Amino acid sequence: MSTDPRFDGPGPDDVFAAALHEGRITLQQCRACATTRHPPALVCAACGSADLGWIEPSGRGTVYSTTTVRERDGAYNVAIIELAEGARLMSRVDGIAPEAVAIGLAVSARIVAEPQPHLVFHPAGDGA
Amino acid sequence: MSALRGKTAIVGVGNTKRWNAPGRTPFDQAQEAAVLALEDCGLSLKDVDGLFCSISSSGLPILNMAEKLGIRPRHADGTMVGGASFLFHLQSAASALVHGLCDVALVVYGSNQLSAGGKLVSMPDPQPYEAPYRPRYPISSYALAAARHMHDYGTTREHLAEVALAARAWANLNPHAYARGPLTRDEVLASRMVSDPLTKADCCLVTDGGAALILTRTERAKDLRAKPVYLLGTGACVSHRQIAAMPDLSTTAAVESGRLAYAAAGIAARDVDHVMLYDAFTITTLMFLEDLGFCAKGEGGAFVASGAIAPGGSLPVNTNGGGLSCNHPGMYGLFTVIEAAEQLRGAAGARQVEGCEVALAHANGGVLSSQATAILGTSATL
Repeated sequence: MSTDPRFDGPGPDDVFAAALHEGRITLQQCRACATTRHPPALVCAACGSADLGWIEPSGRGTVYSTTTVRERDGAYNVAIIELAEGARLMSRVDGIAPEAVAIGLAVSARIVAEPQPHLVFHPAGDGA
Repeated sequence: MSALRGKTAIVGVGNTKRWNAPGRTPFDQAQEAAVLALEDCGLSLKDVDGLFCSISSSGLPILNMAEKLGIRPRHADGTMVGGASFLFHLQSAASALVHGLCDVALVVYGSNQLSAGGKLVSMPDPQPYEAPYRPRYPISSYALAAARHMHDYGTTREHLAEVALAARAWANLNPHAYARGPLTRDEVLASRMVSDPLTKADCCLVTDGGAALILTRTERAKDLRAKPVYLLGTGACVSHRQIAAMPDLSTTAAVESGRLAYAAAGIAARDVDHVMLYDAFTITTLMFLEDLGFCAKGEGGAFVASGAIAPGGSLPVNTNGGGLSCNHPGMYGLFTVIEAAEQLRGAAGARQVEGCEVALAHANGGVLSSQATAILGTSATL
């Protein structure tokens, strides 16, 4: 039995998670059309190519949309961030009141462990 | 025009109207609806050879339904795309009937969402890229779309309130609506914020319910008891699972499903007399009005603020009271078709749309993820 070597090795979700555990943010990019995508997958959603590579994105992005979730024990932000490289992802913006997060706000990424590592964003230039 | 245009018809309609029915399972609701729909047209369970079913709490609803109804269908489709599932089923049933895969199709649904605890019964489908951020499912996803629509087009909370008020005004004409009684603009605007910009008043009801349709080919429909409602065209489109993967948060795949349905039926939005739009949240009514061509993109807010969709307006929308004020058992799609059928039969009582010959039913599933449109008509449209 031989498998197709293009798909050998760990799957893309594992690759992404392993990098996060090492403190690195990775992002898939199509080698055929250069479109980025997240969450990871095996094919490019823009052109259908199965030839996806990994880049280390700048971590810079802007708020594409935002909501404040109101729970009894407090309010918190949920946002969709559009990375400078193009892909969008669900995340939240910390370091600012949830209601103050606005569409178009420039943000930059950090990795937090809660307890599993994942990406959150802060207003760009916020050194805290 | 599609080769399927007018070749099949809804001949039986079943609606349990049991919006709060403790002690009944989703399958109890579904079985009752199936019996009602068969009695409506004079067919029997032994005639059913095509089964189309989706139930939130069951991974194998076709198997459970067939066993409970004591039928052995030779064709089945349990497509699960959330609340739009039943309009996908309708499209599939039309094709299966025309191609002889079945002769009598039952599309059926049941839910005990309210009496079982009042929470949305969601399918096991973990979203590891969303879970760490604790969005409230599904409202936060719709809130993100609403916020983007407001940003792109200047839509306001007052516009959204108009959708809720119109739904309640229609519900007040429907003796079977769950939420009836006065509702003021101030009450809607003062409602508790849940996930900005959506408040509790922007959210659909949580109810129980059961619904069913019987479809046959047109030549058989004419011999049955009830006035047939003809299927003129359908369209469907799936675009994403997670809200962050939606290509444009202020435009839905209803653009595609609507285009396909209009082309299949050979009509345009201006030819539609009655409209049913899946209103899980106020923002969905507004976006579907735009995406299905009832007003220009971005003008949904101004359109609803003009009073267009309320009783007495230029376009009767969600005349049963919608998911906002009539019922919403979790996957509401089948009820859009049921109200369209009632209107086309002329059986809608105080809320009857005069001269209703063409109706459009549109359903949504997931988080604006799946969209399906059905265009239905009376015999005059064939």
